[in-house]
Amino acid sequence: MREREDNEPAGPATENRHWVVGHVDTPAGRVPRVDTRWTWRDRLGAVAVRWNIGRERYTVEPGLYAVGCPTAASPLLTSANYKLSFDTLRQALDGLVAWLLVLDTQGINVWCAAGKGTFGTDELVQRIAVTHAARVVSGAALILPQLAGPGVAVHEVRRRTGLRVVYGPVRAGDLPVFLRDGLHATPAMRRVGFALWDRLVVVPVEVVQRFAPAMLIMLALFMGAGVNRHGYRLAMAQWPGIAVAVWANFLAGIVLTPALLPWLPGRSFALKGAEIGMVTGAALWLFGQYGVPEGLGVGLLSVAACSFLGLMFTGSTPYTSASGVRREIRWALPMQIAGASAGLVLWLLVRWR
Amino acid sequence: MKMAYLQDVVSLRLDRDACIGCGRCLDVCPHGVFILDEGKSRIADRDACMECGACARNCPVDALWVKNGVGCAVGILNAALGRNAACCGEKQSCCCSETQPCSSSKETNVLG
Repeated sequence: MREREDNEPAGPATENRHWVVGHVDTPAGRVPRVDTRWTWRDRLGAVAVRWNIGRERYTVEPGLYAVGCPTAASPLLTSANYKLSFDTLRQALDGLVAWLLVLDTQGINVWCAAGKGTFGTDELVQRIAVTHAARVVSGAALILPQLAGPGVAVHEVRRRTGLRVVYGPVRAGDLPVFLRDGLHATPAMRRVGFALWDRLVVVPVEVVQRFAPAMLIMLALFMGAGVNRHGYRLAMAQWPGIAVAVWANFLAGIVLTPALLPWLPGRSFALKGAEIGMVTGAALWLFGQYGVPEGLGVGLLSVAACSFLGLMFTGSTPYTSASGVRREIRWALPMQIAGASAGLVLWLLVRWR
Repeated sequence: MKMAYLQDVVSLRLDRDACIGCGRCLDVCPHGVFILDEGKSRIADRDACMECGACARNCPVDALWVKNGVGCAVGILNAALGRNAACCGEKQSCCCSETQPCSSSKETNVLG
């Protein structure tokens, strides 16, 4: 890390950043002041990253920022340098005054960065040192996002910086009340939920990430449909039916399972997915007018596919434990492989006859 | 609606004799696993634990232990296959690689 010159601004270099509106002079140098209102560019960026567009490069410069005209008594809040995290925080602070310390989390949000250790004790202590943040606030509290917990040990930060460090709420939106009530978080502010909107908002990224594999599976089935005991012939007449089956399962497994998650019986994600797969398979059998062996094959493939997608969704939830997912994988994955294999054999056998 | 994952699987352990009742684990736990009982922490809802490791990291007397990791099938499978592709798997509690943010709700509405 580079030594800081005395005449250098304390804040990061932020030329041409549309969300910077002026600056604040502090004992530690000049600090950029950020806008608390989103413009169309922030909104567009937020939508784009939800669709996995530009998500790896959606960052802001780490360093110290000001909201409003903060004083030495204003709270010091912390954030990741993933722009969506930073934007969510500054938006929540509309009408308030505070200092913002943005850590270098390599463009990753607070919770994930805390899990990796990049939003961690060492980075926080170092960032406080390079920005001279302790000179800017005197006696005011350093407020961490609660979800920094897996990475930051509060007692260590206290010992190494002398700052008063407290955990704020999980959600930035609760900050105004938290600050107003003397840094007190209600039990509800401390909880992570997974309501319908929270579940749906993670769906687009899944759609984008699973699109190419689904496409490959569809093409493989297009090719497979041409197999018969006389040899091979492209069976293009079957392609629309195959496409419908593949994309029906794609949507069911990636959109329907998350949407209906709490109402699907059982706790296991593989089971919840399999239930959706059963309904999808039954619907395909009904509308596809398949005979018994082929319908059974399509059904088994649907159950296996949706069950697998359900299992994959564990990574997008905020309440599944690694021990639990490992246990699920141990029993569900062999069953999914067996089900898919049996379904594929049935589906091909029909063509062989 | 409260979501509940699998039963009796979590690795969380609390040494009540070592606990000093500071309540830090109650602050950091995102699922309300702990309560204070007779001046010491107690695990009140073990199955709600997602093994994020925040409590153990913030316990000043090392009274808590958890095998922390990400409850992410993609990450766990990638780790089992020796890959570090879309997920960093069991290395740390985040379902993403060094450069790719999580695909997860872990980035929704999170403070900061």
